[in-house]
Amino acid sequence: MLAKRIIPCLDVKDGRTVKGVNFVDLRDAGDPVELAWQYSEQGADELVFLDITATYEGRKTTIELVKAVARQVNIPFTIGGGINELRDAEVLLNSGADKISINSAAVRNPSLIDQLAKAFGRQFVVVAVDTRLVDGQNFVHLRGGRDKTEIQTENWIKEAEERGAGEILLTSMDHDGTKNGFDSALLKRVNDRIQIPLIASGGAGSQQHFVDVFQQANVDAALAASVFHYGEILVPELKDTLRKNGIVVR
Amino acid sequence: MVGIVNYGAGNIFSLTAALDRVGVQYGMINNEDEFDHYERIIIPGVGHAGAAMDKLKNSGLAERIVTLRKPVLGICVGMQLLTSYSEEGDADLLGIVPLKTLHFYKRIDEKVPHMGWNSVSPQNGCVLFQGIPDNSYFYFVHSYFIESDDTYTSARCNYGINFSASIQKDNFFGVQFHPEKSGKAGEQLLLNFSRMVIS
Repeated sequence: MLAKRIIPCLDVKDGRTVKGVNFVDLRDAGDPVELAWQYSEQGADELVFLDITATYEGRKTTIELVKAVARQVNIPFTIGGGINELRDAEVLLNSGADKISINSAAVRNPSLIDQLAKAFGRQFVVVAVDTRLVDGQNFVHLRGGRDKTEIQTENWIKEAEERGAGEILLTSMDHDGTKNGFDSALLKRVNDRIQIPLIASGGAGSQQHFVDVFQQANVDAALAASVFHYGEILVPELKDTLRKNGIVVR
Repeated sequence: MVGIVNYGAGNIFSLTAALDRVGVQYGMINNEDEFDHYERIIIPGVGHAGAAMDKLKNSGLAERIVTLRKPVLGICVGMQLLTSYSEEGDADLLGIVPLKTLHFYKRIDEKVPHMGWNSVSPQNGCVLFQGIPDNSYFYFVHSYFIESDDTYTSARCNYGINFSASIQKDNFFGVQFHPEKSGKAGEQLLLNFSRMVIS
């Protein structure tokens, strides 16, 4: 049976992880390659690197990082941030990235999804969506949730699927950072409407939150950052808990 | 040494990186003569099977592949190329293994592509899976599958339907998953292939 995936997310700036990490046995907590390797050894199913570097020099560093991860880590990984055109994606593909994640660039230029899917296959294209509730309705937000758009989240996700997205990474900005659990209600509504994998993001604070989102929304994967980085949740223990709750994991 | 058929179907960085990790030496096969330099051959492949077959034909390497007596391993679309036919592009393929490559869409209710880690059951002690526990998880990304068959399926997987996670006919092997992305089990499989001897 297809397993539910657990995905640690690393924020990277100029080739270094930004948020602190609290891992034992880590020589250099800021080295994303070492961290990635550690997660893969613990049984993480996939990794996401969000590159928050905008400068040209920073982008070159990112490409070196992608190559180093591809060389040393034996699980799939996605890289997101700063991908605005086909050429950006192609460089990352040729450096060993399994998938790319696009967010604002896709909202500004939706045909980018079509172009990427056509050029590299839809399995390569993750569309990341940041959503926030405004007057009872979910709207797509940009710049990490700061800028509201007029686009309704569920409509945008449907459009992204139709244009060729291979997967949706949905982050609830209302839940992100609260550690009160994922937005299972929204995730379920979205999941019922799409035929491509859905990754839940935003709100993870406990192992039970992962159990809840898989049981309530039947998402394909759940992503979190700080609870993993600070060692509050260890991947092997999380997987044991999921197994005990009848959820199929690797 | 392992020779990788270099016909332009997809990026092979991850494959060569995995071979480096397990200490297997490799080189690229760009023309017919270079098949002679290697004891074992890998046919990689991502993307569209019909398009990949066209590239393989245009590279002039297809005719030689069907005559090989060395161990050959097709990965993902490289495995599908070994079959007779794919619904993807309505394409005739190499026809080494008399099976068809079919679309999941319309045959199952699950999401397509089949993406993620799924458990694999080797059949009849397939040598590729030596030292790998039954029902180990491997990483899959595909929308087309090779039908399950009593003769040629060497490992099964289920995703709404039973399909071939791996196939074998004589010296020809294929895996639908990506061993280069499948953790330790995938690395062991690549190592098994690199040590394989066809008697």
